[in-house]
Amino acid sequence: MEKLYLLVPLAPLAGAIIAGLFGRFIGTTWSHRTTIFLVFISLIASLVIFTDVLQGNIYNGSVYTWMVLGETHFEVGFLIDPLSATMMVVVSLVSLMVHIYTIGYMHGDPGYQRFFSYISLFTFSMLMLVMSNNFLQLFFGWEAVGLVSYLLIGFWYTRPTATYANLKAFLVNRVGDFGFLLGIGLVLMYFGTLDYEIVFAHAGHIASHFIEIIPGQPWMLMTVICLLLFVGAMGKSAQFPLHVWLPDSMEGPTPISALIHAATMVTAGIFMVARMSPLFELSETALSAILVIGGITTLFMALVAVVQNDIKRVVAFSTLSQLGYMTVALGASAYSIAIFHLMTHAFFKAVLFLGAGSVIIAMHHEQDMRQMGGLKQFMPITYWTMFIAALASAGVPGFSGFFSKDAIIEAVKYTDIPGGEFAYFCVLTTVFVTALYTFRLMFMTFHGKTRMDAHTRDHLHESPWVVTVPLMVLAVPTIAAGWLIGTMVFGDYFGDAIQIRPEHEAVASLKAEFTGVFGMILHAFSTTPFWLSLGGILTAWFLYLYKTEIPGKIRKLAGPIYTLLDRKYYIDEIYSWVFAGGTRMLGTVLWKIGDVKIIDGFFVNGSARVVALIAAAARQFQSGYIYHYAFTMIVGIFVLMSLWLFYF
Amino acid sequence: MLFGFPLLSLVIWLPIIVGLIVLAIGNDRNTLLSRWLSLVGAIFGLIVALPLYTRFDPALSTMQFVEQYVWFERLNVYYHVGVDGISMPLILLNCFITPLVVIAGWEVIRERVSQYLGAFLIMSGIVNGVFASLDAVLFYTFWEASLIPMFIIIGVWGGPNRVYAAIKFFLYTLLGSLLMLIALIYLYHVSDGSFSILDYHQLPIAMTPQILIFIAFLLAFAVKVPMWPVHTWLPDAHVEAPTGGSVVLAAILLKLGGYGFLRFSLPIAPDASLYLADLIVLLSLIAVVYIGLVALMQQDMKKLIAYSSVSHMGFVTLGFFMLNGLGVEGAMVQMISHGFISGAMFLCVGVLYDRLHSRQIADYGGVINKMPIFAAFFMLFAMANAGLPGTSGFVGEFMVIMGAIEVNFWYAFFAAMTLILGAAYTLWMYKRVIFGAVANSNVEGLEDISKREFILLVILAIAVLWLGIYPFPLTEIMHATVDNLLEHMTHSKL
Repeated sequence: MEKLYLLVPLAPLAGAIIAGLFGRFIGTTWSHRTTIFLVFISLIASLVIFTDVLQGNIYNGSVYTWMVLGETHFEVGFLIDPLSATMMVVVSLVSLMVHIYTIGYMHGDPGYQRFFSYISLFTFSMLMLVMSNNFLQLFFGWEAVGLVSYLLIGFWYTRPTATYANLKAFLVNRVGDFGFLLGIGLVLMYFGTLDYEIVFAHAGHIASHFIEIIPGQPWMLMTVICLLLFVGAMGKSAQFPLHVWLPDSMEGPTPISALIHAATMVTAGIFMVARMSPLFELSETALSAILVIGGITTLFMALVAVVQNDIKRVVAFSTLSQLGYMTVALGASAYSIAIFHLMTHAFFKAVLFLGAGSVIIAMHHEQDMRQMGGLKQFMPITYWTMFIAALASAGVPGFSGFFSKDAIIEAVKYTDIPGGEFAYFCVLTTVFVTALYTFRLMFMTFHGKTRMDAHTRDHLHESPWVVTVPLMVLAVPTIAAGWLIGTMVFGDYFGDAIQIRPEHEAVASLKAEFTGVFGMILHAFSTTPFWLSLGGILTAWFLYLYKTEIPGKIRKLAGPIYTLLDRKYYIDEIYSWVFAGGTRMLGTVLWKIGDVKIIDGFFVNGSARVVALIAAAARQFQSGYIYHYAFTMIVGIFVLMSLWLFYF
Repeated sequence: MLFGFPLLSLVIWLPIIVGLIVLAIGNDRNTLLSRWLSLVGAIFGLIVALPLYTRFDPALSTMQFVEQYVWFERLNVYYHVGVDGISMPLILLNCFITPLVVIAGWEVIRERVSQYLGAFLIMSGIVNGVFASLDAVLFYTFWEASLIPMFIIIGVWGGPNRVYAAIKFFLYTLLGSLLMLIALIYLYHVSDGSFSILDYHQLPIAMTPQILIFIAFLLAFAVKVPMWPVHTWLPDAHVEAPTGGSVVLAAILLKLGGYGFLRFSLPIAPDASLYLADLIVLLSLIAVVYIGLVALMQQDMKKLIAYSSVSHMGFVTLGFFMLNGLGVEGAMVQMISHGFISGAMFLCVGVLYDRLHSRQIADYGGVINKMPIFAAFFMLFAMANAGLPGTSGFVGEFMVIMGAIEVNFWYAFFAAMTLILGAAYTLWMYKRVIFGAVANSNVEGLEDISKREFILLVILAIAVLWLGIYPFPLTEIMHATVDNLLEHMTHSKL
């Protein structure tokens, strides 16, 4: 088994190295064959491990020692339990589908091999992240996925927007990592180790420990640690106010948006908090903050999605909002539901993105939905798979998204953690908004009149099988994954991997009410979320298919609000002005004034000048004229004699 | 001594002797002979240094490979050399960098080739001497001698403003060193006529003289490191120095300052070190944050990397004065890692400079279109410079931050800002130089790296990744020495 664990991440790594270093020698076909085969191996191994874990075989062991310092061992190692095994399957499955899809999407691109190398490298990094048994390796994976994300957003490096977006993504993520690293530092300081098992086992002992980061202000240690760790999650999982990089990341090729910026990497933060549940459970304040931030992200990002016209941007903002849902679930101590939504979202969002990509190929890289319409008849597979995903996204009973989202809403309703009511309002309202923007996308793209130019319309056709097969494969779990809710959320699926303290009873209360999958579907028709969702779909139908002139009127009527949403609350502008501009100004001042004027100008060259001045002055005395010296001598004798006369 | 064989002396003198031979026989008509002789000499210099690692006993905290001969008997001056877990990695780093520098100048330097190569080889030997000396006079001799080759390298093979830069470099470092000389003479007196550095470690000294000694050493070492605010010679020196000179300056010569803290300041004046630790920490954090911001705004690639060097060396001094295992060992790792990374970064800029004769960021753009292999290497080193895990740049910064948080949360807070700043200045430069469409006709004409440049960058890439993925072998040899030093620091000398 242990060799199999190693195989899971190393196979994609080998693929990345082969395609990256030798891609130009083995050609495009062998590059994709090799990487796909190796990711496939990784998926098979993950599935074998998954079934093994379900038998109750949990593994925790080290691979090699990175460094030893005194008593502290820094290791690279694996913790294989239901939580990581689930993630491994999700990651390798989505990754495999995206690898296959890429054959079609990136066909003919000059960076073909490089692209495969990157996505395999990503798969390796992500697997190392989820399989880790310690904070250090977690951080390794964390930064490594950030690196690949950076490389892939800037994949088309000649586009200024792409290289701007990737730098922005990396730096915003670094802000998150800044907090994350400090959190890890406090863990190391107080636990003396970075090993999950030991840290979690001893977490209770320092639960009541206080530290004074600001003198005179005792803060609960656990709260400080958890909030710092969560800052990292906010960066990676794009939570408000560190969400700004994700919409721009759409500059990358679409397969990346599906794999990295929807299904897997952005969920790393969610996974991390769930993994750290024994720590987060000890801090009510941290959970409360998570609830509020998750709530804000859920609602406000969904609202922005409603006014976007770029098909990928709609899906991107939808991702932000869905990540907000997961975060809210974490804050409500419903970690298993968060992971469950992570999984269902990975499938339906991957389908939405890959479907959007399929549309974009057909439209010759046109992404504006106002130029689309009526695509349904031309691309039925894309349409129907995306339709299923849209239903799942809108939370229509029976589809995967329904189960996970409904469970989140219910869990938040039951939570006693402060901020719960606000979060509940946000997640509930967002159900309507989600249905609205999702079906707005569907209707504008696939229904109604065709609005593209004649040339494009004549060339419209369904995408090749390498594109549609992944869509169809992923559509299956998009429908069915939700039916696992009985096992994954309400069963004892995660075991000790997720720990919830008895007073946080949201999941326990839900469990008591749970009457099976069909009971849940039947019950749904009598609940608010269902009617909100239906209302959203109908509104979208009314506005974008039935009375298509109304949206324009609304836009005029609600001018400032529309502009506010369209400009994404002006957050980008503010950041760019305050942080980017401020930093550059500070840098210029410190350089031009601090270094050049004060240190070099005044002290260094200044002291050189003083030496020169003294030397110049002293030089005056050495004129070389005998009468100067004689005159000075006479003056000197005169002074000495006067002194002599005066004193004696 | 290894089986009665003076290994350490060989490591010191072999490069110097080869350097002198190159100087003696070389002329500009037959440069190939000088080049090959220098390369062979440099590689042999590395090979003879390897037993220092393989034969090193990591369990011992005492000096190993010790050699001691009388030099001036009347003054108690000895030729006394030896290495421990602190100096040995630095000697290896130096011996590793020297062949790279010889290769780096292969086709680039065309005038006074033998003098150029001779200067580097001699400097390599001298620097080994600094790290290995256990006698204060011997140390000081090597210390000051190391200035001369670099002064010549900048002054002769440098850019248009080379004379200003060379003199600034020379005066800055010389002024710092003079106070160290006074401190050493003072120690000679209070130790009843000993020049043994190890004797000084055990010498009881009252608080006031300790503080004065500490400050005297501080000035010498702070200039070398360089610490804020005595750093301004470095950007000028780097900008004017030829590529090889920049590599050695950043990779090796800066380490002399860091090494000095561990060999002199901390063990000789432990009480003063504790007393003044906050001051050093403050200066170090200013270096990390202030210099990081200054680096962001640089228009000249070499200046940017020079400032980035100062910022990264801030981690070295910060780590030392955390006075815990993580901090000190992290700082040591940071020194080695910075040797690889800054060397690689300067080589990368050198690759571009050799082609377009410009270091201005604005003169480039879209280089990746013409030099994809180079862009890949540059990306790796840029990420290492930004401290990405898996590269050597991460290890030292991580350890120092972890060490700092144990002392004071805010130290770690400001130090960790490098995560953002380091990424910002490095990747912003990378974006402007490498990414984008081809910016002008000069860039259009660029050719990708040659075999020679490829070999250089591959060697450094392996070093950077190896240290990032598996730092165990490096940290293992330092434990005993660092533990011993920290234990020594706990005893007051008052």
